Amino acid sequence: MKKDVAVIGAGMTLFRRRLKETGKELSYLAAKMAMEEAGIQKDDIDMVVMGTAPDAFDGIHMKGENLLDGAAGAGKPYVRVFNGGGTGVFAPIAGWWHVASGVADVCLVIAEEKMGSCYPHPQTAFRHIWDPILDRPLKPNLVWLFAMEMNRYMTVHNIKKEDIARVSVKNKRNAVGHPCAQLADPHITVDDVLNSEIMAWPVQRLDISPPSDGASALLFCSEDVVRQYTDDPVWIDGVGWSIDSTMWTNRDLYFPRYVSKAAKMAYKMAGIHNPRKEIDFAEPYDPFDYKELHHMEGLLLCDKGEAPILTREGVTQRDGDLPICPSGGLLGVGNPIAATMGQKACELYWQLSGKAGKRQIPDDPMVGVGQAWGDIMQMATVIAMRRG
Amino acid sequence: MEEPKKEEIVTYPKYAPGTHVRTSDIREKKITYTWWEPEIQYAWSVGPAMSKFLQGLKEGKILGVHCHKCKRLIVPPRSFCEYCYGPTEDWVELKDTGTINTYSISYLDPNANRIEEPILIGVISIDGAYPEPMGFMHYFGEMSKDEIKIGMRVKAVWKPENEREGAITDIKYFKPLRGGEI
Repeated sequence: MKKDVAVIGAGMTLFRRRLKETGKELSYLAAKMAMEEAGIQKDDIDMVVMGTAPDAFDGIHMKGENLLDGAAGAGKPYVRVFNGGGTGVFAPIAGWWHVASGVADVCLVIAEEKMGSCYPHPQTAFRHIWDPILDRPLKPNLVWLFAMEMNRYMTVHNIKKEDIARVSVKNKRNAVGHPCAQLADPHITVDDVLNSEIMAWPVQRLDISPPSDGASALLFCSEDVVRQYTDDPVWIDGVGWSIDSTMWTNRDLYFPRYVSKAAKMAYKMAGIHNPRKEIDFAEPYDPFDYKELHHMEGLLLCDKGEAPILTREGVTQRDGDLPICPSGGLLGVGNPIAATMGQKACELYWQLSGKAGKRQIPDDPMVGVGQAWGDIMQMATVIAMRRG
Repeated sequence: MEEPKKEEIVTYPKYAPGTHVRTSDIREKKITYTWWEPEIQYAWSVGPAMSKFLQGLKEGKILGVHCHKCKRLIVPPRSFCEYCYGPTEDWVELKDTGTINTYSISYLDPNANRIEEPILIGVISIDGAYPEPMGFMHYFGEMSKDEIKIGMRVKAVWKPENEREGAITDIKYFKPLRGGEI
């Protein structure tokens, strides 16, 4: 029988372009915070899941093993999961199945990234993700991909850049309430985004989230033992994931159909029949401002092409009808690839347990959805949580 | 009597552990670090389908292959269809013309360094292949950044035959297909 899975603690380090601590030390700091909240020692943890993205950032092949000791994994069943930018939500999905399957009562999930080790800029490591036969001879830059997808999305729906820029403004302002935030800015305006340096049109400097170092952690336990740890658990109601073909030049990039597949899987498990009415807030993946809009549509929170309109009308503000990225997202808090679990999964827990403080969504939200996205515009991971 | 202290709202995470360092701290050796520059090389065999496609490019041809079950004429071609998971068959020569499906005007080089003259790149849907978009990424040339747009008709500009080596770069770029040209 499938076990219900509760979240009983969360942790997160500072997110910065470079941190002094090693990946192991960052993992330790994030895990300790989650363990302190739940009142759990290392011996109480049955299994550990580590999520961390391309080995090339750290230059350490088999990075999962390198991080093991910092993740309380020594002497335990331990596994590293990785699916690019999707890892931040895939790590908690893997943690969920460790507990839901009944093989673990308590599972620690850690997500870690150090992009600052790759000197002088992790962009050099990103070169290695491209197809070696047809793409690499053209000497591509990773930003090209997103620029091409953004352009397709804007053109198909006739979206103005200023309506996309509003996402960046909202998220960088939301991040002001986040103690870990790298790029919080209470004064940023749409004009600041529109006047920022052009990187690869239509992508400009302030459309994009920064590379970062950081770690985050979540503690899960089964329904059988949850009362030992808390009277107010947050429950994981649904998980979903899906990946589309690597042949991205044979797909129309205006709509992320793999996101909608992953969302439908998670909603079915969670018993969510009408996502627009039943979901109180969401943390869609926002490494670029247009991605938040693209993903709101993929998550079936609005019609295709409608997300920019909802954003313009204020619906997605923290005090709006459908708050989106109340954490400040990747745009405001930072983008240490896998460790964005802090915004996309930990934030659901903090909001649903009423612990988000300065970032708290009013009116006691009951259901939140987080999502991550990765690989060559093909991977989607979705998690739904509910207040107990 | 002293007023009871208003309870301060606690924001989780309650603290943010970690120590910020700057790039200059590395340059100026203010922090202790170690250094590594990998030296590693690769030679990839491209497989039967790509060998045929790249040989086609050397001969100045863009080749596609059918998946009859999924009603697709696929380019770049592969040995099997990723959707129905059956083998592909019936190779055909496609035209070297197409339509811009999407594009970007890049001021970044491969290492994220800024460049003055932007690179025009994008995805070309190749004529005759289906369903759209069906094509590959390449450069655009003989057009300005103000002129390029989605839906623009384009044609391949090939390297001279004796300079072709069986690579995607045997096509130099795609240029605008002007009115009346075929």
